[in-house]
Amino acid sequence: MTFALLIEWLIKGFVLVLVLLGGFAYLTLYERKALARIQVRIGPNRAGPWGILQPIADAIKLIFKEELIPAKADKLLFILAPVVTLVPALVITAVVPWGSEIMMFGRVITLYIADINVGVLYIMSVASIAVYGVVLAGWSSNNKYAMMGGLRSSAQMISYEMSLGLAFISAIMLAGSMRMLDIVEAQRTLWFVLLQPVGTAIFLIATLAEVNRPPFDMPEAEQELTAGYHVEYSGMKFALLFMAEYDKMIAISAIGATLFFGGFRGPFVDTYPWLGPIYMLLKLVILLFGMIWVRATFPRIRYDRLMAFGWKVMLPLSLAIVFITAAGILLAEQVNPLLIWTVPALSLLAGVFTIAMIDRELRRKEYARA
Amino acid sequence: MTPDQIIFILTAALIISSALMVVTTRNLIHAALWLVAALFGVAILYAVLNAGFFVVVQVVVYIGAIAILFIFAVMLTRREMRDRGPQLRKNWWLAALLGMLAFSGLAFLLINQADINRSAAVIPAGLDTLGALGAALVSPDLYLLPFEVASILLLAALIGAVYLAATRK
Repeated sequence: MTFALLIEWLIKGFVLVLVLLGGFAYLTLYERKALARIQVRIGPNRAGPWGILQPIADAIKLIFKEELIPAKADKLLFILAPVVTLVPALVITAVVPWGSEIMMFGRVITLYIADINVGVLYIMSVASIAVYGVVLAGWSSNNKYAMMGGLRSSAQMISYEMSLGLAFISAIMLAGSMRMLDIVEAQRTLWFVLLQPVGTAIFLIATLAEVNRPPFDMPEAEQELTAGYHVEYSGMKFALLFMAEYDKMIAISAIGATLFFGGFRGPFVDTYPWLGPIYMLLKLVILLFGMIWVRATFPRIRYDRLMAFGWKVMLPLSLAIVFITAAGILLAEQVNPLLIWTVPALSLLAGVFTIAMIDRELRRKEYARA
Repeated sequence: MTPDQIIFILTAALIISSALMVVTTRNLIHAALWLVAALFGVAILYAVLNAGFFVVVQVVVYIGAIAILFIFAVMLTRREMRDRGPQLRKNWWLAALLGMLAFSGLAFLLINQADINRSAAVIPAGLDTLGALGAALVSPDLYLLPFEVASILLLAALIGAVYLAATRK
């Protein structure tokens, strides 16, 4: 390892963190603007032209707010919890490739930080650490509502992590590798969202639960828990928790784009490698809009239904998806490559069957009540 | 001393001191968190040994699933999380003696190993360690049988847990 390489890594890591932090600020503005448009409002438009200075105004407000620590809180854990929440949200993006390689200053610079052969598992492991921040924030506050939020979030995140992992497995099997670059390369001709549409849907739903976004925002349900696990946080500590939530959104969208939507691949990306990050950004903006759209559209799910949905619907369906994907790949390898299309056909069938079963169950409940 | 040895000694100190804190602290949540620190130390040991797969699996399974279930259970069951009883049983000296005996036995065996001074083998750049591990787990003359036995054990435990938790109507 040469000195120049070390400097390169440092600069790349620094740039990535800066992009994520800046992305957080402008994602809040994007969300508020998009929500406002969906609800036929105008949204923030006072600070700067089109309100583009609004995040800066928010940041200044949060920095100057008074910081409170409850008297009977576990002080060390109370201070540590926002940090433990934010760090996984930042380091999870280390394995996401933003492009292949570009020439800059006379050296080849790769547009990813780490290229490890267990990339997808790394994402799973960091995602599983992310639960700690929320649980610790809830417990250390010494507040009933915060505690309930922490409990709910730990149960919810563990439950949906299974479906998330199984959705990852369908992408891993289609690519035949856990390395993120290989997964992107395997989607050169065909995005995995076309080969495994139901797996992609499971991934997108499970990620909403993983990052506690509506309609799965039980840990912070305002009406019942006031604000859940961050009810006692104020000032910059609250900003850190908030930042973690939005950075998780960015990170998980980047992972989704890489695993199912072709990553940095797009037209002409082989001849002009610097197009990679631009395609990635485009896909990110679209996926993030999906999350915001869902927030504007669906009401929050009741807690028991959330758990029932996770265990009784998502988990069996994702197990079936893994089985179908494996069987389809085996058929395509042994009989005819065209048989790979049994994978999307059978998984769509399984998805439709699941929806029909949910519909039947809900109708039955309705009759029982009437 | 090589850098590897320094990292090992620091990690071992972290693991042992956190493990000691697990059994001595009176706050149950703190004990669970110290356990997480100890498990994290083990992950660092795997990283030093170039076993990337084991690092992430250690973090996913032990820190991300088992330890978080401990914390979940502790938060659910106890309102007052401070334990006030005595921390030692009457026969603690017997346990200490047995522990010392087991430790000295293990240390004796390890010191008499011929290749105790060997450092971790350098993995060549192109080697597909992950593929080799996967193939070894499903090849009949390597680890297929233990792998399947472990799978069936886990399945049986899963069904047993569901049976115990299910409410009969």
